[in-house]
Amino acid sequence: MSKMPPSYTSTTNACKLCKPLGASLAFRGIEGAVPFLHGSQGCATYMRRYIISHFNEPIDIASSSLGEKHAVYGGSANLKLGLNNVTKKYNPQLIGVATTCLTETIGDDVKRIISEYKAEFYNGEKPCKGEKSFELGKSFKLEKSEIDKVSKRDPYIISVSTPSYSGTHIEGFHAAIKAVVEQLTEPAGLINEIHASPDDIHTLEDTFPVTALTRESVNFMPGFVSAADLRYLKEVLTDFGISFTLFPDYSESLDGEALNDYPLIPSGGTPIENIKKMGWAKITIECGSTLPKESAGTALAQMYGTPLYRTSLPIGIRETDKLMDKLEEISKREIPARYRSARGRLVDAMVDGHKYLSGKRAIVYGEEDLVVGLTSFLAEIGIKPIICASGGKSGQLNQAIANVVEGLAPLPQVYEDVDFYDIEERAESLDIDILVGHSKGYAFSRKKGVPLIRVGFPIHDRIGGQRILHLGYHGAQMLFDAITNTIIAKKQDDSPIGYSYM
Amino acid sequence: MKAAAVLKERENQIHRKGKEPFSIECNKESLAGAVSQRACVFCGSRVVLYPIADALHLVHGPIGCAVYTWDIRGALSSGPELHRLSFSTDLQEMDVIFGGEKKLYNALVELIDRHSPKAAFVYSTCIVGIIGDDMGAVCNRVSKEKGIPVLPVMSEGFKGNKREGYQAACDAMFKLVGTGDTTAISPYSINILGDFNLAGEIWLIQEYFNKIGIEVVAKITGDGRVDDIRRAHGASLNVVQCSGATMELANMMKRDFGIPSVRVSYFGIEDMADALYDVAEFFKDPVIMDKAKSLVRSEIEKIMPELNKYKAALKGKKAAIYVGGAFKAFSLVKAFRTIGMDVVMVGSQTGTKEDYEELQEITDQGTIIVDDSNPLELSSFLKEKDVDVFVGGVKERPIAYKLGVAFCDHNHERKEMLAGFQGMLNFAKEVYTSVMSPVWKFVPRRIKRESEVGLVERINKGEKP
Repeated sequence: MSKMPPSYTSTTNACKLCKPLGASLAFRGIEGAVPFLHGSQGCATYMRRYIISHFNEPIDIASSSLGEKHAVYGGSANLKLGLNNVTKKYNPQLIGVATTCLTETIGDDVKRIISEYKAEFYNGEKPCKGEKSFELGKSFKLEKSEIDKVSKRDPYIISVSTPSYSGTHIEGFHAAIKAVVEQLTEPAGLINEIHASPDDIHTLEDTFPVTALTRESVNFMPGFVSAADLRYLKEVLTDFGISFTLFPDYSESLDGEALNDYPLIPSGGTPIENIKKMGWAKITIECGSTLPKESAGTALAQMYGTPLYRTSLPIGIRETDKLMDKLEEISKREIPARYRSARGRLVDAMVDGHKYLSGKRAIVYGEEDLVVGLTSFLAEIGIKPIICASGGKSGQLNQAIANVVEGLAPLPQVYEDVDFYDIEERAESLDIDILVGHSKGYAFSRKKGVPLIRVGFPIHDRIGGQRILHLGYHGAQMLFDAITNTIIAKKQDDSPIGYSYM
Repeated sequence: MKAAAVLKERENQIHRKGKEPFSIECNKESLAGAVSQRACVFCGSRVVLYPIADALHLVHGPIGCAVYTWDIRGALSSGPELHRLSFSTDLQEMDVIFGGEKKLYNALVELIDRHSPKAAFVYSTCIVGIIGDDMGAVCNRVSKEKGIPVLPVMSEGFKGNKREGYQAACDAMFKLVGTGDTTAISPYSINILGDFNLAGEIWLIQEYFNKIGIEVVAKITGDGRVDDIRRAHGASLNVVQCSGATMELANMMKRDFGIPSVRVSYFGIEDMADALYDVAEFFKDPVIMDKAKSLVRSEIEKIMPELNKYKAALKGKKAAIYVGGAFKAFSLVKAFRTIGMDVVMVGSQTGTKEDYEELQEITDQGTIIVDDSNPLELSSFLKEKDVDVFVGGVKERPIAYKLGVAFCDHNHERKEMLAGFQGMLNFAKEVYTSVMSPVWKFVPRRIKRESEVGLVERINKGEKP
């Protein structure tokens, strides 16, 4: 960091969102789940609106809709009523309850309320899929009646504390996936036993496909990436022949097909049965350079001894290389031809375009992990990152940026915990060629007269934000073309000549 | 009404015209877990005050409330654009524990020094209501120190729904009214209340009033200015649009300043014309009435030829309406009738019993009338009625699109002017462009509706799709 900037009390045009929004998105990435905010009605509605404007998809977030008397006497009754209504109407497999600043401050003990609720409404059976029939030594073949019962099972209820006065949407996202892992995973044992009796496996698989996940499986937790990124990661893992649990996975639930019927809960999402078994995977891969010390990955390591491999978001050549190397090691296979050739084409394109980019100066802003990944890629293609900024404050951004620019570009100014007012002020006297970040930088881009490359979340002023591919060689290729063409277009449009070859 | 998508507790908030005598429950707290489309008190206050362009709007609370309302409305300003920035005290854990008053004070002073606003509105959020910051005291202190009105808006989210937020906003604005100089205001003068200048609508409405010889004193709040609101009590009449947003301000101005009000709507030919006639009527000046009549005549003549083209194409198509305030719904029902379409479902987030009674009066048999609905209900109604176009806001749009139903944005974010005579034409055009798009031919719902021969086959045979 070059110099300490002035510090303001007020926040103007924040470069972050609030914690429960991140939790809601993570819960949306679980199959059959309904996100639920314990707070006043506005939180859920505002967040739905914000998410819808990016994904152009419906997202139902339930709310306990607290009123004044609940704020005084506690939100317990409304939380229970809300859980019950969501269960009746959506028949969910899981309800993900995130708190809000209101319910955190009035001190609702959500865990206790949920256990009271279960005691009151659940019919004594464990709210898990057919454990009764999975008891050791018993037959695990499900009768038709059992299966019916299973489909109408009481939902799992996961709770996570997400007061918006501490941390951003990214902390909320990570807190939610950690809570899911802690509250849903199960020790190995039961299903191993099931496999011991091959005759019945097909019956089980029909109901709960479980094969190939045990011990061989890889947990992949990419962080908050786009729907296209999630689909891409699934392809990569599949192409390596790796069986995996990608969590969370909102690639379909927040980017689905046109439908004839409005589904109660959109299809897609990480299957709950897979999440339950994450503890006994071969390894957990967690992406992010500024992850919290304690995460879903560390929880799995502590609870089940699952080895944890943390790596940056695979953006650009070097970070993708790292991931590919790791996947080669895990799968004991060479990188599939598709990715090797994509890498080759990317390098070829980088050479073709390098003169347009060399020495251009960029500001990168947004979520810390994304900023690190993008900065890394910009440095690789010869663009100088000048300012790297985030509304998050992990305390790790500066070091992470230093790591990725080393040997390629000088250390940029790195700022955590800033808003757009700060960013603009610091950029005021600087020559900048390009901004890279989400659409909330548009006002700044317009004022500064500098083009904006839209990446990440949210993108509220263009269509298809969910389909932007950032990850892997393929994502880097798309970013490269977008960045290069934006810079070329600017030069072409600004020129009085009207060049037809650039 | 019974359907799988409807929770028992909500059955009385849905009415189907014709079957039974009219009865509907409304103005209730949203049912927990029902995924209401409503927002909160803060939202109500924020949408009403947001367009006041030369005031500072500081949200006192954690970051969410401010960030989700950053530049949220298409409320245009002809001058300053301070309203388009998002200011927050971004309360952190320590502030919650020790109180946020000091931070609020410092933030206010900092922002007022930086932007020199004409006034500041400070919005209370859920958490501020709980930790008990004395916002009033801080606002008074800053107001004295900085010499501008600093107005607390008591908009804690949990205190009710949007309606209570409207009230809080009106309470805050009312403190400004009566503090400005009213000399030189014409006796033929009005305030425009309840228009928010989305896509520049208030400029058009103001132009209409000016053309018939009426001065507009304060625009509340579209393209709003603090000094105009301060002298709003100098106007002879308050012309109030919208169900509830600014009605309370008009009521308070009636009480304290004796200013009468009329309720109007600027959407649709009939309502726009009535608005001008009602105002002209009030002034009892034949010149004004004549001008109003000739304006209405010439504006309608201007738009009719094109409007008729849209009408011919849209005739008999079915529309569904779900909007924030019921007053807008009345106008939309009439506007759809103007272009030959049938309204088969109409609902609002915050309608009153009287509103729904009126809706029931003006709609056809079988129309579904619904209060405080949610995605599952709305989608089931869209399917049941086989709707061609849905009118609503951002949260309704993906429901329509997912089911392959055309959509018309009639919310705070829209970029098309839908008020006034020109607005009626724009509305018809927007409905037309969505309904008549070829994309519906490819969505599952429409493919089902197609006859035995599939679309592609027919295209291949050279037939019209």
